[in-house]
Amino acid sequence: MQLSPKQRMAISRQAVPAQDAAIRSGTFTEVNLGFTTELARLEAERCLQCKNAKCIIGCPVSVGIPRFIDFVAKGDMQAAAASLMSDNCLPAVTGRVCPQEAQCESQCVRGVKGESVAIGALERFVADWARENNAADSVCAAPSGKTVGVVGSGPGGLTAAGELARLGHAVTVFEAFHTPGGVLVYGIPEFRLPKAIVANEVERLQRLGVTIEVNAIVGRTYTVAELRERFDALFIAVGAGLPQFMNVPGENLKGVYSANEYLTRVNLMGAWDGDSRTPVLKGKRVVVVGGGNVAMDAVRTGKRLGATEAVIAYRRGKEELPARLEEVHHAEEEGIRFELLVAPLRVIGNAEGWVTGLVCQRMQLGEPDASGRRKPEPVPGSEFTIDCDLVISAIGTRANPLLTQTCPDLKLNKWGNVIVDQDLMSSIPGVFAGGDIVRGAATVILAMGDGKTAAKRIDAWLKQND
Amino acid sequence: MHRIVANDQLAPAVHRLVIHAPQIAKVRRPGQFVIVRLDQGHERIPLTIADGDATAGTITLVIQAMGHSTKAIVATPVGGMIRDVAGPLGAPTHLIEKGFAVCVGGGVGTAVVHPIAQALHAAGVRVTSIIGGRNRSLVIYHDELGRLGEVQVCTDDGSWGRKGLVTDALVELCAVGKPDVIYAVGPVPMMQAVATTTKPMGIHTVVSLNPVMVDGTGMCGGCRVTVGGQVRFACVDGPEFDGHQVDFAELRSRLGTYKMFEAQPCDDGSCKARRAADQIIQQQQQ
Repeated sequence: MQLSPKQRMAISRQAVPAQDAAIRSGTFTEVNLGFTTELARLEAERCLQCKNAKCIIGCPVSVGIPRFIDFVAKGDMQAAAASLMSDNCLPAVTGRVCPQEAQCESQCVRGVKGESVAIGALERFVADWARENNAADSVCAAPSGKTVGVVGSGPGGLTAAGELARLGHAVTVFEAFHTPGGVLVYGIPEFRLPKAIVANEVERLQRLGVTIEVNAIVGRTYTVAELRERFDALFIAVGAGLPQFMNVPGENLKGVYSANEYLTRVNLMGAWDGDSRTPVLKGKRVVVVGGGNVAMDAVRTGKRLGATEAVIAYRRGKEELPARLEEVHHAEEEGIRFELLVAPLRVIGNAEGWVTGLVCQRMQLGEPDASGRRKPEPVPGSEFTIDCDLVISAIGTRANPLLTQTCPDLKLNKWGNVIVDQDLMSSIPGVFAGGDIVRGAATVILAMGDGKTAAKRIDAWLKQND
Repeated sequence: MHRIVANDQLAPAVHRLVIHAPQIAKVRRPGQFVIVRLDQGHERIPLTIADGDATAGTITLVIQAMGHSTKAIVATPVGGMIRDVAGPLGAPTHLIEKGFAVCVGGGVGTAVVHPIAQALHAAGVRVTSIIGGRNRSLVIYHDELGRLGEVQVCTDDGSWGRKGLVTDALVELCAVGKPDVIYAVGPVPMMQAVATTTKPMGIHTVVSLNPVMVDGTGMCGGCRVTVGGQVRFACVDGPEFDGHQVDFAELRSRLGTYKMFEAQPCDDGSCKARRAADQIIQQQQQ
């Protein structure tokens, strides 16, 4: 039975069930439990099925949102899964990590007077349903006879690989680590994105015919020039893997980590489950410098590894925190302390070289800077020390120069990012690039958007140059 | 998966493994390393490549069994498999093309100095090696280095060659004829002692550092070292650096980060070497 718009408007947004904050802050099991079928169908009924659906425009990979939600409302999960997965290669991932409030959900008409449809939670529900019910894989086009090499198996690389395989091309993905997934496995923690889900998405791509070569460091094991010879086209999606440090004294004391190292030890190397041979320092008092998603992941990880106090030190205010809203809420619920409008001055340590504290100063917001955000300025005489035994720098990453250094023909901008044209093609014909290595540190979904666009452009280019 | 082709014990707890890794064997150059993970759940261990055979598709690694993962690697028999071998990583050695080079190797580091000596010899550089260990059984790669030039052996107990430190032999050697460059690889205190010895003589000294690292591609920053006041990543900017510029005190401190996780018996002679090195450094400062 079709509901009238009035009936739809009468349903309020359904909350996604989550583990209790007190319990979950001591474990690495997933925080969000996801919708039940009943909740999902009720939430799906809230969608007004707009003819001119703005949510689709808000989505970097242009998922046909009202269409799959309509199937959910009707209870046809098979059709919902087929519809969603034809638009999005990694829906179980994006349903968990996309900043929906700034994308699809920000465009939802229901959000104008009230709350938007919970698109992200519905996407996750459908993706999980498909996995749990072994929904049929997408069908690939007839083999094109063309080969494409993809460098990097993060969200951009995996998306491009999936799309290219569906278009009939023979795809090989090169990953530097021993496990594919990039930031999805080394960066984002288990409690936010279970690794079994990433592994499942990777296996799905392998069933589509994608070959994955691990331990292959392009720039060292192979050069771009070699791969360009071997493949008809290349897609470079190596991310922005070079950690930035704070450039303050004491940064090389024992107990100072980059978020990359801390999270890699815990996530990829499995230091969280106690069985792993890879050690990680478990601070009693942990301070994470930064305010993005990576900072939230690191501080919540610190809490879960037994910190009695886990603190975010961020130089702007709460409004300016770049992290997803949900992550900030979850962190607050888990008892994370927010030291806002503070900047680190130096790390202090004891005679044995171990961290004992982070000296900070208070900041105030001045005039907007180039980024449009108000610029933090130091408050004179406001120095204070946060006692701690672990300091984690989560202030961003830059382009890793390993690949680009060994490929002099590849044109880069002054930050070391690859320059591409509107078709995402670099200065080398047939070599395309996308994601963080082009954009600088951004989000999973923007990298996936690039992967999807690049696949289309590569396909067109291959046909043109046949 | 990478098959172990040979596994010989060279010294107590020191094994030479020949591993099938054709792509790495093809492109590796002196000074570069690989990251090895025996199996799931094991650590990623950085190991410098001691030799390679592009035709046979193999690389040679000399491994000192210290912790759980390295012990498990050397205990794997011929025909056994290593799950992950990633590389070659790091910047290749900057080699001189003519003149006189001294290669100083301490303990297992002697295996690392070997490919450098090989390449120098191939380029026509005169090579003298000074190699050391606590006692005779811990001195490795004597014959291999002997094929490339003169070799002097130093042991702490005098059981082979000179009784004393490699730096003693180095000082004498430099007094006779000043080398153009010194490559020193071994325990950190030894490399520090060599660098401290050669600095006043103004002889360029290259050391190969092996700090704690995870990925080996510049992604974690755990291997950061201070060189000439600048923070550098040993995995991508190194592993070799100008020994006169390295902040060894910081490196030694950072190497102790995970000591409490794996209580390691000091069986590589580095404790004694550390005391000796501290003495040399004190003398230099006076």
